[in-house]
Amino acid sequence: MGAYLARRLLALIPTLLLASIIVFVTIRLIPGDVIDLMLSQNDVAADKKSREQVMAALGLDHPMWLQYGRWIAAILFHGDLGQSLWQNTPVTELLAGRLPVTFQLGLMAMVVALSIALPIGIYSALRQDTAGDYLARSFSILLLAVPSFWLGTMVMVFPSIWWGWSPEVNYVRFLDDPLQNLKQMAIPAIVLGAGLSAITMRLTRTMMLEVLRQDYIRTAWAKGLPESLVVLRHALRNAMVPVVTLIGLQAPLLIGGAVIIEQIFVIPGMGLLLLDAVNQRDYPIITGVFLVVGVAVTFINLMVDLSYGVLDPKVRYR
Amino acid sequence: MAAVIPATGVAAAALPAAPRPPGFFVRLFRDKPLGAAGGVLLLFFLVVGLFAPWLAPYGYNEIAPIERLKPPSWSHWFGTDNLGRDVLSRCIHGAQLSVIIGCTAAALATVISALIGIVSGYLGGRFDLVVQRFVDAWQSFPDLIILIVVVSVIGPGMPQIIGTLALLLGIAGSRIVRSAVIGVREHMYVHSAQSIGASMPRILWRHILPNVMPPIIVLFTTRVGTVILAESGLSFLGLGVPPPAPTWGSMLSGSGRTYMFQGPWLALAPGLCLTAVVYATNVFGDALRDLLDPRMRGIK
Repeated sequence: MGAYLARRLLALIPTLLLASIIVFVTIRLIPGDVIDLMLSQNDVAADKKSREQVMAALGLDHPMWLQYGRWIAAILFHGDLGQSLWQNTPVTELLAGRLPVTFQLGLMAMVVALSIALPIGIYSALRQDTAGDYLARSFSILLLAVPSFWLGTMVMVFPSIWWGWSPEVNYVRFLDDPLQNLKQMAIPAIVLGAGLSAITMRLTRTMMLEVLRQDYIRTAWAKGLPESLVVLRHALRNAMVPVVTLIGLQAPLLIGGAVIIEQIFVIPGMGLLLLDAVNQRDYPIITGVFLVVGVAVTFINLMVDLSYGVLDPKVRYR
Repeated sequence: MAAVIPATGVAAAALPAAPRPPGFFVRLFRDKPLGAAGGVLLLFFLVVGLFAPWLAPYGYNEIAPIERLKPPSWSHWFGTDNLGRDVLSRCIHGAQLSVIIGCTAAALATVISALIGIVSGYLGGRFDLVVQRFVDAWQSFPDLIILIVVVSVIGPGMPQIIGTLALLLGIAGSRIVRSAVIGVREHMYVHSAQSIGASMPRILWRHILPNVMPPIIVLFTTRVGTVILAESGLSFLGLGVPPPAPTWGSMLSGSGRTYMFQGPWLALAPGLCLTAVVYATNVFGDALRDLLDPRMRGIK
């Protein structure tokens, strides 16, 4: 396990390096006149900052390779992602405040997605080709098609018209009032999780169908084990391996979806930070969020790979 | 050689004529009714999109202050918005934008996927290794985040959105084409072509491409839905095609959202259009996959 982990971590280096180059090059595509635009859009700040100062703050006054070298060295050796252009706050500080919020939203959405997907997927497989199965499958394709921002908008609009109730939008931090925070995050998490559940539900069904036809399941039935034991202990655990992979693959979708959900429900997470930064053209923040998201997704996928050993006794890392 | 051909001809004539396998459309409608319905719905939106200026009862930006926030009626089927614009007409013009963006970006993305996937899968070795690590790195970024960042750098607009989405989905989809190519690469006909000295472009074009067409077609179909959804998400955030262009996403956000409490139909129409189109591409894509390429079942 130790050697395997070391090898996996080593293999992450080229991926992370390439990811950092993607982030760096994308942001450096800024055409020169955008800096003028930045200055004209932020009138107040423009008084205090000249074109040269902004160029220097963005590091655009050096050749590309040197810019990249300095940028990556600052991150690796000092954990320094630069300063916000207009707020004079270190980007890492801003990110540290926002990251846990998005993480919580993502985690809750994942729990929602799984608690919709697994029971329905299992039910669908056990009752294959019955009316219930068809209903469940149609429901899953429908969930896949409903855009989360529309669902979110509907949740804001219709309960307010019908019952005069609307979801809370004044964000309360988890540490200040855990119960209120969870109540507040529940609806955004349900909206975000609903869409994600569809693919997981379909895969759970497919995998369960495959596993339920295996010999060892027949043996389990023949031994006279109760259905719950056959399904949950013998079948589900083996069907879960690809499902867990899918959860890893959905991490980017989850983070992307969080941006929209945070915007609708005014949750001060990374998504809202990114959108505000985009509106103010605060490039150091944009770069920071971009990079952190890429690194986070890479590590989530590593975690997923490592979890196979726990789920599937056949997989033992060497 | 010449003697063989009439001989087989005779043999074929002597056998009872084998029934021709049913055509693709017959199989689609017979075996996959839901998928066929999805296909018809897609066709409907395509036609609506193409003929939007003639089909829409009003202009998409025809402001009528007296008519503002009118509920659905015979003269305005989907009601009117906060500026008195006809919501149905805006949805129809929105279909046009969605069709244009969806089809162009999906087509470009498919071409990119095919190019990267075929070359990387066929060449293999170091080249493949490097390309695949790049694809790995690329896939660690959520589509929406890359879109937002690119729009923040080069500004919103249709060409940027189409180009970025095409690149995004093109790189991600190359994996599917690559795995199909790896399966085809070792076939006898490819080795024969190599041994008679056919050039690489010729092998790729004449022998590999036709044999990996089914996954490519399926990829294109499902991508149309993905693109439309991504674009509307971006428009919803106010970073899509700039106003007054009536994209479905932007109709659900901005000033429209403020007035949804007075006119809930504003929230319904564009969302239903989006859901219907994405639903249609999903079921049609699934049906195509089952009919054209059974190996891809379950891959999303």
